[in-house]
Amino acid sequence: MSDKLLDIRNLTIRFRGKRTVHAINDVSLSMEQGETLALLGESGSGKSVTLKALLGLLPPKRTDIEGSMHVNGTDVLSLSGKALQRYRGGEVSMVFQEPALALDPVYTVGHQIAEAVMRHKGVSKSDAMSVAHDMLERVRIPSARRRLSNYPHELSGGMRQRVMIALALACRPKLLLADEPTTALDATVQIQILLLLRELQKDFGMGVIFVTHDIGVAVEISERVAVMYAGQIVEEGTTREIIRDGRHPYTRGLLAANLHDVARGERLNAIPGAPPALETRPENCSFAPRCPLVEPACRAGLPPMRTPAPRRRVACVRAETPIAAE
Amino acid sequence: MSATDVETYEPLPDTGGPAQPLLMVRNLRKYFPVRGGILGRTQAMVQAVDGVSFEVKKGETLGIVGESGCGKSTTAKLLIGLTPKDEGEIIFDGIDLGEGLSLKQLRKGVQMVFQDSYATLNPRMTIEASVAFGARVQGLDDPEGRARRLMERVGLDPNRFAHRYPHELSGGQRQRVNIARALAMSPRLVVLDEAVSALDKSVEAQVLNLLSDLRREFGLTYIFISHDLNVVRYISDRILVMYLGEVVEVAPVDSIWAEQAHPYTRSLFSAMPAMDPDHRTKEPPLSGDPPNPINPPSGCRFHTRCRFASEVCKTTPPRLAGLARNAQHLVACHLHDAASGHPKAGQEVAA
Repeated sequence: MSDKLLDIRNLTIRFRGKRTVHAINDVSLSMEQGETLALLGESGSGKSVTLKALLGLLPPKRTDIEGSMHVNGTDVLSLSGKALQRYRGGEVSMVFQEPALALDPVYTVGHQIAEAVMRHKGVSKSDAMSVAHDMLERVRIPSARRRLSNYPHELSGGMRQRVMIALALACRPKLLLADEPTTALDATVQIQILLLLRELQKDFGMGVIFVTHDIGVAVEISERVAVMYAGQIVEEGTTREIIRDGRHPYTRGLLAANLHDVARGERLNAIPGAPPALETRPENCSFAPRCPLVEPACRAGLPPMRTPAPRRRVACVRAETPIAAE
Repeated sequence: MSATDVETYEPLPDTGGPAQPLLMVRNLRKYFPVRGGILGRTQAMVQAVDGVSFEVKKGETLGIVGESGCGKSTTAKLLIGLTPKDEGEIIFDGIDLGEGLSLKQLRKGVQMVFQDSYATLNPRMTIEASVAFGARVQGLDDPEGRARRLMERVGLDPNRFAHRYPHELSGGQRQRVNIARALAMSPRLVVLDEAVSALDKSVEAQVLNLLSDLRREFGLTYIFISHDLNVVRYISDRILVMYLGEVVEVAPVDSIWAEQAHPYTRSLFSAMPAMDPDHRTKEPPLSGDPPNPINPPSGCRFHTRCRFASEVCKTTPPRLAGLARNAQHLVACHLHDAASGHPKAGQEVAA
C-alpha cells in the first residue's frame, strides 16, 4: 500500500430493502496527505453515503459494499469491534451538518470532548479535560473555561458547530470528514467556520473531505473538487480547473445555477428534469436524459473516463473538446 | 401560453391606481411571549418584528434578506394574517386591513409559498384537491378546472399528477404544486418565504425561471424572502435588509450592489463565498453569532458587532432615511445622518 491518505477503489454500495437503491456506483478516489477535497453534488448524489461508508456507519444488514477503501493503509472494510472503535475518532472523524443532533444533550460539552480523549489516548479525566479546554480555545470559543461546563442547548448554532469541530479534532485524526457542516448556519457565521476549518487544517496538517452542495463553499475551503452525480464521480480536478474549465455538462450546469454573475432578469440556463431514481445500476451516462449535448454514444454505454491532465478526470464522451459557451 | 389561462386569472380589481403602492406596511410590531416557570407566566418577550415599515409598488419584486431570527418570516406571516400583529398597519392597495378589508378578502389578494414544500401540503389530499381547496373556500367557480389549468401552467401534466399524493412527488414538483395553489386564488401579491431554498441548485434555477414567467404573464408582485443574496439579486427590483427585527437598509438592487451603506449589509455581502479560488475570503467580516432577539441591544441593535460603533449608537436608535446622493436608498445608520452626533457621521467610510 502506498502512503496515500485515502485510496478508494471501485466502491459500489447498494441498499437492499423494499426497493433497491444503487447509491454508489464504481467510485474510485484518492487523496494525498493533508489535502482538502470537496465532494460537490446535489441531494441523492451519494456524497454523504461515501462519508458514512468511510466511517463504517452504514447498516451492515441492509448494505452491500463492494470494492476497497484504505485510509493510511488501513483496510476500512475489514475493521470491526475494538479496531473499528480505535479507527473512528482516532484516525478519521466526522463533523455533521446539525450539531444540535450530533452532540449528546445530557452531557456537558467538556465531558463529551474529554470522554473521546480518554477513550482514545487512555489519559486521566483531568488531563482529558485540559485537552478539551485547549481544543475549545483552538476553535476560538470565548471564555472556553466556562463553556466546558455548558450543555449543548446553552450554546448558539455557530458555537455548537465549533464544539463539534473541537470534538472531532481532539484526537488529532489524519482525516476529517465534514458533512455539510455550514449548511445550517447563517451566512456571517458560515464564513467564520469555513475560515476556522481552513486554519485548523493547516495547523494540524490533516486531510479534509468536505461535502457540500454549494460551489462557493467548495471554493472557499478546498484545493480539489470531485463532482458527484447519481452515485458516480463525473469530474475531478483542482478547484481552479473545475471553476475555470469545468468540462462535464453537469458541472457547467451547476456553475450556471449558482447565479454568481447572471444578469438580472436574464433567463437562467437551467438543467431540465431531475436526477434519476437509482433503482437500477446505470448502464449508460446517468446525466444523458438531462444533458443539452447528448449524442447517441451517451445512451449506448457508460461514458469513458477521460484524463485531460494528471489527477484530472471527466466522465464524458465530449471531455476532450472544450465545450464552447452557448 | 393560451388565452384561457389569462381569462381564468381574475385578480381583485385595481382600486388605488398605478401610483398607489400595492402594499404599505407601517410600524409593524410583533412580540412573542416566552413563558416559563410553574405558573407559565410570561418571562420575557421575543422582539421578533419591531417597527417595520416598507412599501411594495405594483409589479415590482421586493427581496427581503437577513439571518435567522431577524424577523423575515414573521414579517411574511404578519402580512397574510397567519400571525396576528401586535401593532401597525397593513394597507393593501389603499385599503386598510381590519377596517375596509377583511382577512378573507386580503387572502384573495395575497398568497404565500413556504420553504418546506412537504409540510405545507396536506398528505391526505391529492394534488388536485390541494390546489382547488382555496378556490372552493373562496367560492370561485370550477375549482377543479382551475386547478388543472394551473398545474399545466406550472409544468405538471394534470393527467399524470392530479390524483397523486404529495409523498409521490419530488421537492421541485411539490414546490410547483405550492405555486399553483397560491395562484389558484388569482392573487396580486405572492409572498415567497425561502421558496427555493430547500431545492437543489439545478431545480432552483427551473423554479426561478417559472416564477419570472408567471410574474410577467399574470402581472404579479412578489415579496421574495431568502438568505441567498445571489438569488435575491437575480429576482428582485429592490432589496430590504433586516437585522434583529428591524429594517436596516432598503434600496434598489443595483444601488445596494454598488454600495452597501449599512455596516451590517456590507458584512452580509462580504460573507458570500468568493467563487474565485485565487481570491478567497481572508478575514471573516463579523465575529460571533447574532444576539438573541429576547434582549436586543439598546440603541442601534447592530452596535455590539459594528466596527464603527460610537457612544450615540449605544443610546439612540437610528432612523431609516434616504442617502443624501440617492433618496431611493434608505439606511438606518448614524454614520449617514450628519446630525446624529456620531464622530464619523457624514464622512465616507472605507469598506
